Amino acid sequence: MNNNLRLFTRGIIKENPTFVLLLGMCPTLGTTTSAVTGMGMGLATLFVLTLSNMVISLVKRQIPDKVRIPAYIVIIASFVTVVQLCMEAYVPSLYKALGVFLPLIVVNCIILGRAEAFASKNGVGASALDGLGIGVGFTLSLTLLGLVREVLGAGSAFGVQIFPGGGILIFVLAPGAFFALGYLLALFNKFTAKIR
Amino acid sequence: MEYVLIIIGSIFVNNIVLAQFFGICPFLGVSNRVETSLGMGAAVTFVMALAAVAAYLIQYYVLVPLHIEYMQTIVFILVIAMLVQMVELVLKKVSPPLYQALGIFLPLITTNCAVLGVALLLVQKELELLQSVVYSTATAIGFALALTIFAGIRESLELEDVPPAMRGLPIAIITAGILAMAFMGFSGLV
Amino acid sequence: MIFSLLAITFVSAAAVGVVYRVTSGPIAAAKAENSQTSLRQVLPPFDNRPAENVRTVVVDGAEAKVYTATSGDTVCGYAVETLSRKGFGGEVVLMVGFKPDGEIVDIEVLGHKETQGLGDKIERGKSDFSVQFRGKNPATFHLSVRKDGGDVDAITASTISSRAYADAVNRAYLALKQVSNE
Repeated sequence: MNNNLRLFTRGIIKENPTFVLLLGMCPTLGTTTSAVTGMGMGLATLFVLTLSNMVISLVKRQIPDKVRIPAYIVIIASFVTVVQLCMEAYVPSLYKALGVFLPLIVVNCIILGRAEAFASKNGVGASALDGLGIGVGFTLSLTLLGLVREVLGAGSAFGVQIFPGGGILIFVLAPGAFFALGYLLALFNKFTAKIR
Repeated sequence: MEYVLIIIGSIFVNNIVLAQFFGICPFLGVSNRVETSLGMGAAVTFVMALAAVAAYLIQYYVLVPLHIEYMQTIVFILVIAMLVQMVELVLKKVSPPLYQALGIFLPLITTNCAVLGVALLLVQKELELLQSVVYSTATAIGFALALTIFAGIRESLELEDVPPAMRGLPIAIITAGILAMAFMGFSGLV
Repeated sequence: MIFSLLAITFVSAAAVGVVYRVTSGPIAAAKAENSQTSLRQVLPPFDNRPAENVRTVVVDGAEAKVYTATSGDTVCGYAVETLSRKGFGGEVVLMVGFKPDGEIVDIEVLGHKETQGLGDKIERGKSDFSVQFRGKNPATFHLSVRKDGGDVDAITASTISSRAYADAVNRAYLALKQVSNE
């Protein structure tokens, strides 16, 4: 049990995909104009990551080594399409906000990376926990980055206005994505350096 | 005139890295040296132009007639992966020196979201075949441009005294932000 | 080797196909709901389905869709879906509702790529820009920004977006005239 818990929490801080491994940077920068869109992207990735991890772990013995990467890509792309279709049907506004970044989950290096590094070597349960942990870590990071940009850039949090009159516009524009991520990374480094 | 607008628009105004956030991984990963960035830029340009043609043909001659547009993501990524493999094989046979120069970058391109992103965008924008090729080539040049400028800055950044917490990627990402601001200045052009 | 890859592709494609079947209904419903909502927002109360009563006309190189709304047996308004390519970031797509005499009821932005925080103030709810068109008749209200000698108050620092918006509204009016003259 303890071991499982460690498997799950590892992705949140110690191997946080955004702040430690620096993977999946395109959606991280592209979809975090607000806390809600960042969270939506994180959850979509969490879903794809967990399920593809489980399926790949299930069929790993049936896939010949030579064609494993194309096979993984097919499995991941199918789950991405499922997410796309479901979002378009049930949350069309989020579907519109995420736009082309939704199909681009396919090429998110986190997912293929976990398939190759973890799911292809471990059992279904462990792979599911690993996917969940990394996915939660990714979702938390994206929500945090989205929240910071939304508060600074639009003066609101999760769509609720907290400062009247808006904010520093640059933070919701493209350069602000880089600034917010750069400073958050530096803070994260500072914080974890102290712990060590 | 229309083509000039597409070219300027996709190189400067809607720069794929600095304004649209595609291909950030290679942008941060292989931008330590100007030479390697040029190599990566050339490889991406090559693959992206081919991928645009392939994506166009598949979308309008396979997916639309069969009414399976929803399979777009799966088909496109497979085609891009295949294309990259093919380019690698052909280059190895036909032009070993070019393969030597670009070879190590090619496997990285499959998971470069810029290539898939451009393929999806040109369908979304409903471009015609020639427009698609011009658009994707110009976009790739924009990618190479951003990558090279960034590599140049990072080369001199290495000599600077940076606070410990900011060393490495944080300062590089903030630099990219300043570069993005500079590129915003182009937005009045088109 | 090839067999197992084919098998995986086949199973995945079949699974996606099933999901597509299941979601295609809700997707169509969500889209119809969306256009019905924007029609309700820009038109006076109606009791038909304007989405099924549509005519396409071409105004100055761009298509415009004219939806006719009826209440009882009389035409109570027209909604025109049109776009302008003069925007800062690309196309600005609007749905403009008119009374039969040409007076603007309300306008809804269906899509745009204008700059966040500046040009996106053309959206209803983000600024009072769109309110100034309500109740105006383009026959007397000149649809271009004041800088160009018209009657539209542009958004500060977003003249281009405002111009595109006014251009799209003007196209909508031209499309309406084209339809009502026939």
